[in-house]
Amino acid sequence: MQVHKYDVVIVGAGGAGMRAAIESGQRAHTAVLTKLYPTRSHTGAAQGGMCAALANVEEDNWEWHTFDTVKGGDYLVDQDAAEVMAKEAIDAVLDLEKMGLPFNRTPEGKIDQRRFGGHTRDHGKAAVRRACYAADRTGHMILQTLYQNCVKHNVEFYNEYYVLDLLTVDEEVTREDGTTYTQKKTAGVVSYDLANGEIHVFQAKSVVFATGGLGKIFKTTSNAHTLTADGMALAYRAGIPLEDMEFVQFHPTGLAGLGILLSEAARGEGGILRNSEGERFMERYAPTIKDLAPRDIVARSMANEVREGRGAGPNKDYVLLDLTHLEPAHIDAKLPDITEFARTYLGVEPYTEPVPVFPTCHYAMGGVPTTVKSEVLQDNDTIVPGLFAAGEVACVSVHGSNRLGTNSLLDINVFGKRAGLAAAEYAATAEFVELPENPTAFTENQLNAMRASTGGERVSTLRSELQETMDANMQVFRSEDTIKEALAVIADLRERYKGVQIQDKGKRFNLDLLEAVELGFLLDMAEVMTVAALHRKESRGGHYREDFPERDDENFMLHSMMYLDTESSTEGTHGIRADTKPVVFTRYEPMERKY
Amino acid sequence: MSTPTTEAAEPASKIDLAQSTGGGEVPSFDVTLQVRRYDPEFSDDARWDEWTITMYGTDRVLDALHKVKWEIDGSLTFRRSCAHGVCGSDAMRINGRNRLACKVLLKDLDTSKPILVEPIKGLPVEKDLIVDMEPFFQSYREIMPFMVNNSPAPTGERIQSPEERERFDDTTKCILCAACTSSCPVFWTDGQYFGPAAIVNAHRFIFDSRDDAGDMRLEVLNDKEGVWRCRTTFNCTDACPRGIEVTKAIQEVKRAVLTRSM
Repeated sequence: MQVHKYDVVIVGAGGAGMRAAIESGQRAHTAVLTKLYPTRSHTGAAQGGMCAALANVEEDNWEWHTFDTVKGGDYLVDQDAAEVMAKEAIDAVLDLEKMGLPFNRTPEGKIDQRRFGGHTRDHGKAAVRRACYAADRTGHMILQTLYQNCVKHNVEFYNEYYVLDLLTVDEEVTREDGTTYTQKKTAGVVSYDLANGEIHVFQAKSVVFATGGLGKIFKTTSNAHTLTADGMALAYRAGIPLEDMEFVQFHPTGLAGLGILLSEAARGEGGILRNSEGERFMERYAPTIKDLAPRDIVARSMANEVREGRGAGPNKDYVLLDLTHLEPAHIDAKLPDITEFARTYLGVEPYTEPVPVFPTCHYAMGGVPTTVKSEVLQDNDTIVPGLFAAGEVACVSVHGSNRLGTNSLLDINVFGKRAGLAAAEYAATAEFVELPENPTAFTENQLNAMRASTGGERVSTLRSELQETMDANMQVFRSEDTIKEALAVIADLRERYKGVQIQDKGKRFNLDLLEAVELGFLLDMAEVMTVAALHRKESRGGHYREDFPERDDENFMLHSMMYLDTESSTEGTHGIRADTKPVVFTRYEPMERKY
Repeated sequence: MSTPTTEAAEPASKIDLAQSTGGGEVPSFDVTLQVRRYDPEFSDDARWDEWTITMYGTDRVLDALHKVKWEIDGSLTFRRSCAHGVCGSDAMRINGRNRLACKVLLKDLDTSKPILVEPIKGLPVEKDLIVDMEPFFQSYREIMPFMVNNSPAPTGERIQSPEERERFDDTTKCILCAACTSSCPVFWTDGQYFGPAAIVNAHRFIFDSRDDAGDMRLEVLNDKEGVWRCRTTFNCTDACPRGIEVTKAIQEVKRAVLTRSM
């Protein structure tokens, strides 16, 4: 066991992690631990843009952006957080530009802006050009620019280091009124060096989780193979609750059958959706902004067209993204990468043929609860000193029950920066927390058991069964029956997981072993997500219950908070305690969400 | 690159769809995969392993590797992440050419013969298809791959015309997969050569109107291990999964070394 000491340890090197590292690295002794190489993270797959009310091409202001974010999230957004994000969006874009990001430009040489789903002028009057972009590879440019600036500032990376445990220490604290509570404190993380299988302990005053999402819980997903809910699962296992985990965004335009993302920019630039009858069906579902309605609405509309028999293709199981009315030169200039995906993977020529598309699991709105300073919460109001989270792993909550397009690239920049600053600031005065005794025992026991197991269960089999059941039962339409079906399968898989057996017994680059560990994260988070979905007996944003098709503000205008608790039994499930947390309102009263 | 001044006409609410959209059943076929294996923990010798597996029309080489890893031999080791050609993890030699495994459709290869998969060349092999990327990133870091601008920052953005932005557009696409560098015969024989990827990333800044450190990068690349080692074999251009005209970018950097005052 090797022990390293840093003021700040950042886990994950996607957009949020590297944005945090640029701030923290200049102020405190900082290390970034990443299970990939830095530029491999899935921020790079984001395409369409990053919204900020620069008003470069038409009238706009950050208050409209705040409103759109709140309404887009079906009012489950914490409005103070949305305000912070929309206000700081402007500087976040300008920061990136000054770091070198090559945004597309207007004829005057300013940052160009385009339309994106759910982003409107004056509280819903019409679509507005708010998304700053670099062709259809904005995320790629952000990831590269942030890495470039990490190189510039000599940020220290530990590449291909998997973090497998979060080390916290519990302390009994007495309140002024004499009552006591258990305060968690951050001591560091346990990490596994992929190259040689060695275990490293990183003792740190501040730990920042920026580990991304959980898309691999589902079969059809735009997410990378490596998005396996690691950070959420580690926090949860350490006793930290998870907020709003039932809310998953299904992006409307995944390449049919493959899930590969075709950016909403395709619709922002004029593409439209059609069913098998050639009908532009979004005119029926969202008469004002049609194809540019928020993602949950478009995804459900698409799935409904398929359900009602108007799906296209031999199995009538997808709809069509039609770009054929756009000029090929316009497509080439604005959407080069995604049209290339259609050609490469489906053999479809978007100039002349509509592209088969279907909703694909894209984004987790929920995650590790944080304050607007990116501090992690251990309950509704107690922060965990020294622990921070930003990006998809976190839930601030700026996305509520449905994230607007481009707000994820914004989230990672605004809250990544805030996390980096807060982590460095905390570390400046804090002391190291003493490591728990045998800090690596849990991790080593887990890995040794997996290496020695002769249980005969295959990781890939269990993972496929999980993904199949989640696609079938927990996608854009859910009901008590489907949710309980998924829960039963997950319970069985968790039992079988104990018998998981790997074939690679080596120390070097043992990805066989790590995939087994990642499956454990996926199973834990699938269970939490499903239990949260069972509790929310209403339909809101990305969570649609066929047995409760209306939004129910009276009973459910609340964040869900799921705690690991072996004592707890609820709704027929064991080991999870379900609680709630109030939504923060500042200026917007909930209204019906129509577009 | 700029926003068009006129809006496109509103598309029709309903159109006649030609009934040609989408294929029928996705056809399946057998492929034989031969993969170069090496794990110094168990043997100093590399070997070839071969598997014949049933795959489908939309499957890529990465899917075939996954099928082997997940169903036959869990010790087969390779890097991958996004699986659609943007993260740059899975560059490998496929039938002798550098490609991303997630971008090569099996049906586009000659499946009557075994598909040969090897690690990229010129970087030390660590295990199976995994190579040590550190020398590659070392070269990248040496060309100062970040914007340097010495003038005071304006409150808003720095102004750049669409034409100035277009000048370096091609080289901004790089995903650092190393397919170009590890396809270069000069790099194979001289590991000290900066290699195409580092030069591409230098190009991205040298031709950015906002950057002030072009001359410093040109000085770095005027080194004996710099641009002059390029023998314009175009392997790099052929290898680039992002369609970057790599050799052209290198030529432009060479020209800049000659024409700009050092």
